[in-house]
Amino acid sequence: MSDNNKMTIIATKGTFDWAFPPFIIASTGVAMDKEVTIFFTFYGLNLLLKDTSKLKVTPLGNPGMPMKMPFGPKWLQNIDFGPKIPTILWNIPGAESLVTWLMKKTMAKHGVAKLEDLRSMCQEFDVKFIACEMTVELFGYNKEDFIDGIEFAGAATYFEEASSGNHHLYM
Amino acid sequence: MADETLDASGLNCPLPILKTKKALSKMDAGKILDVISTDAGSVKDIEAFCNQTGNKLISTVEDGGKYVFTIERV
Repeated sequence: MSDNNKMTIIATKGTFDWAFPPFIIASTGVAMDKEVTIFFTFYGLNLLLKDTSKLKVTPLGNPGMPMKMPFGPKWLQNIDFGPKIPTILWNIPGAESLVTWLMKKTMAKHGVAKLEDLRSMCQEFDVKFIACEMTVELFGYNKEDFIDGIEFAGAATYFEEASSGNHHLYM
Repeated sequence: MADETLDASGLNCPLPILKTKKALSKMDAGKILDVISTDAGSVKDIEAFCNQTGNKLISTVEDGGKYVFTIERV
């Protein structure tokens, strides 16, 4: 495999919805014969936690998010509740958990892979996971909080990884 | 006649591709894999996958929302 066949991704988002793109693109990249490295920094570190149950999705400050029911009669499923529900209601305790649960239901219905499955598939495909050491310390994480098989390093290591590649994404 | 069959029905992007990759990697060169998918996006994606990885897409058959891709492992 030639060196310029490498792809790197910088993963910076730590919500449930944004956890998917880095793992989808990385696993597909390897399937397409790319060598892939993901550098997880700031909130992106959440994606490497052993316990991903803290990852939530919220409609707060997220006006682009469609809000459709994953079950019920067809006419009900076609309604986009996003623009219909006042934003203030998403401040109610439990709203995030409810919305996250609904999104998980929707994904399961559409045959989208589970987050943990995509992540372990990336590891099985030898995607290199690098956790940003500085933000691990900054946010008070312990290395034991994260899954096995990851490296801890800094920005310079990212550059070294990226120098041999020709495809770099910031997510 | 295919040597192996992979049923990826009900699975969505990128799972049909990932499972195809895994199935092919376990097969010897020259062997034939049939992939069954219900994901309409996999028509373009399987073609792109084969172009990129050098595996040979022998045929694509659609039957009422079900796609069968016949791929030769190189």
